[in-house]
Amino acid sequence: MSLLEIFHLLEYLPVLIEMRSSPWVFPMIATFHLFGLVIIGGAVIVGDLQLLNHKITLQLGSLITHDMERLMTLGLVIMVITGVPLFMCFATKYYYLTPFWVKLFSLIFVVIFTFTIRRNALKKYRENPTITKVVAITSISLWTSVALSGRLIGFP
Amino acid sequence: MASLLEWLALTSGSISLHQSHYMYLIVLTVHVLALTVCIGTALIIDLRLLGVFIRYIPTSIVLSRLLPWSLGGFLIIMVSGLLMFYASPIDKYNNLFFRAKIAMLFLAAINIWFFLKTDYSSIKKWDQETLPPKRVRFAGGVGLTLWAAIIAAGRLIPYQQYWFD
Repeated sequence: MSLLEIFHLLEYLPVLIEMRSSPWVFPMIATFHLFGLVIIGGAVIVGDLQLLNHKITLQLGSLITHDMERLMTLGLVIMVITGVPLFMCFATKYYYLTPFWVKLFSLIFVVIFTFTIRRNALKKYRENPTITKVVAITSISLWTSVALSGRLIGFP
Repeated sequence: MASLLEWLALTSGSISLHQSHYMYLIVLTVHVLALTVCIGTALIIDLRLLGVFIRYIPTSIVLSRLLPWSLGGFLIIMVSGLLMFYASPIDKYNNLFFRAKIAMLFLAAINIWFFLKTDYSSIKKWDQETLPPKRVRFAGGVGLTLWAAIIAAGRLIPYQQYWFD
């Protein structure tokens, strides 16, 4: 079974057909998806600018980084839970959309990056400004890529 | 009002923006990115006011460091939002979600103004407290609710035609 056939199968599950026929289910889920993005936005700005040692951030070291990671995780959970049905609703259309694949791979990469490389780098090299800056810039760039490609998906 | 909006919709700038695929897309994207900056940081401020997040940081520090980000994001939201309104003023004016969004933006602004005028002036008394006074928590709760409602109303603007028209 090809990937396109799997996407087709997902799109035409009875529950998805039901969801598409409702005028309010998709918009409501999309709204919660945006909530997730906004939560991540706040956590990334505070957490990563802290790492860039920006004077405007809270400058409380590892404690704030840990709390922002928790907030980011909350946003991520909301984004994934709501993102799966949004994708399934129009899976075959998304198959042909480049922004969808950019978003998907950016998201996978940023999740792996955040919970492995970023976490370990900050544990071992927090005092090394070069490493923390590279980590922060990579994180901000990947999340921006997720947000931008996500926005492009919805555009005709 | 109707004639003013009609005049606005017929200006060359409005027509160009409405018909320009890429320019409108850029404005909308900037609007969404600024939204994550503005409301993302406002959310952290409100959670601190509620006393449920980063309680080990004095509220005054959270406010002084994050409020400029919220306000900066808000300015970009306003400029990009005005441009989107300019692109289709009649549609937006007639959109119930758009009206709700604007009304709630005003309420959010009043909530911030009221907080800054009242409880913020006595911040030295409760700055270090992990759980701020009831009125401050109330302001944080109201802010959080309004931001969520503003996001929802904004996201639902394109769905007016399916629900009400």
